[in-house]
Amino acid sequence: MNIFDSLIFINFVQVFSALDETLFLLLISLPIGFVLSLIFALGRVSKNFVISKIIEYYIFVIRGTPLLVQIYLIYFGLGSVKPIRDSFLWIVLKEPFWCGVIALIINTVAYGSEIFRGGIQTISKDQIESGKSLGFSTFGLYRKIILPIALRKVLPTYGNELILMVKATSLVSLTTYMEMTGIARKIMAKTFAPVEAFIAAGILYLFLNFLMVQLIKYLEWKYNPHLRQKN
Amino acid sequence: MIKFEKLVFGDTGWGDEFLFATLMTIAVSISSMGFGIFIAIFAAWAKMSYSRVLNFIASFYTTVIRGVPELLVIYLIFFGGSALVMKIGKAFGYSGYIELNAFTISVVAIGLISATYSTEVLRAAILSINKGQIEAAKTLGLNRLQIFYKILVPQVLRYAIPGLGNVWQVTLKDTSLISVTGLVEIMRQTRIASNVEHSPLTFLITAACLYLFLTTFSGKFFNFIEKKTNKGFVTNS
Repeated sequence: MNIFDSLIFINFVQVFSALDETLFLLLISLPIGFVLSLIFALGRVSKNFVISKIIEYYIFVIRGTPLLVQIYLIYFGLGSVKPIRDSFLWIVLKEPFWCGVIALIINTVAYGSEIFRGGIQTISKDQIESGKSLGFSTFGLYRKIILPIALRKVLPTYGNELILMVKATSLVSLTTYMEMTGIARKIMAKTFAPVEAFIAAGILYLFLNFLMVQLIKYLEWKYNPHLRQKN
Repeated sequence: MIKFEKLVFGDTGWGDEFLFATLMTIAVSISSMGFGIFIAIFAAWAKMSYSRVLNFIASFYTTVIRGVPELLVIYLIFFGGSALVMKIGKAFGYSGYIELNAFTISVVAIGLISATYSTEVLRAAILSINKGQIEAAKTLGLNRLQIFYKILVPQVLRYAIPGLGNVWQVTLKDTSLISVTGLVEIMRQTRIASNVEHSPLTFLITAACLYLFLTTFSGKFFNFIEKKTNKGFVTNS
């Protein structure tokens, strides 16, 4: 038997054709998630008590509930409210894709901002004080000293969160959006060969995560020149 | 829109159904966590053994399961598991349809996922024990079983509790995915109730509150245990 006729190869090609749907989800939600995480982390460490408390509760609620509940709340929950269906929001919320993106962003921002906050708080007081004595403004202090050091410190942890996000995109398939997991499930329903369909999808997810790990490793290498082994 | 009056107990509301669903979520979480730790003990041991084969098997298992979405693992075990059992049944001459218990499948699937995280926690905890202690125990003439029970287990448990607390939170939230197997836990109950009452928002908010309640209080419980087991130990902070 030719390998190109085997069921697992046919499935692999079919699931592969849905790879771009998964990538779209990631390419939109990850950059926005990163920027918002940073803003939320700064809000969390700010001296403004109200903003800090609001963000704390937001993080508490999002981290305490499963992502599936969040996706369903946005897709089925908000969609069932009449005023929202009549408003301009419905243009976005009627699409499972955008509901998925919004849920993923809301979820990753809660975890990401806690990670960044951890990084910002590990900056030693001496560095901030010496920055201040050199006449840095608060913005300059963050831009030139605090954020660069904090970000490279939390790279491995944030990398973990990115891998969790790659895996989280599979949940969007439960809102009828056909990305890789959705296609694998459709194949399963058609061929009754569950193992072949899901293994084909599993290999692709492993590959995506492998690429993600390599990217994080490269960034760690690039932004930690002082930790490189000298030869 | 939002009909919270539908959450009363009794025949007119969904209160008691949600109570049972919550208990089911707790039951699945505890069983999977226990099953996961059981596997994790062997996987951690295999990862630290000198055998190359065992090393490879354990690393392969943790890498693959952690690199693949949880939903895919659940699908594979849910659909693949009954196919496998039916094949075994056919080999023994039974050609009917065999359906596995949804609870068992859920515990196996979530347990296998949870085990990969527990493995790393246990491994780190074992590595944090000073080698000198084991050597000292050996010179005192303790055998391997005694070293395991009297030296390793009490200390590993203490080191591992914060990590296992995190794994518990992840496991608890992962149980929301097993609604695809048809087991009536919180998410499945939410789906059923929303379909009957045509008010998804009500029941989804209920589900979110229930999960929030579970994660918060189990987090508090783990903090309490952590404090209790660390009594009498000097901490750095």
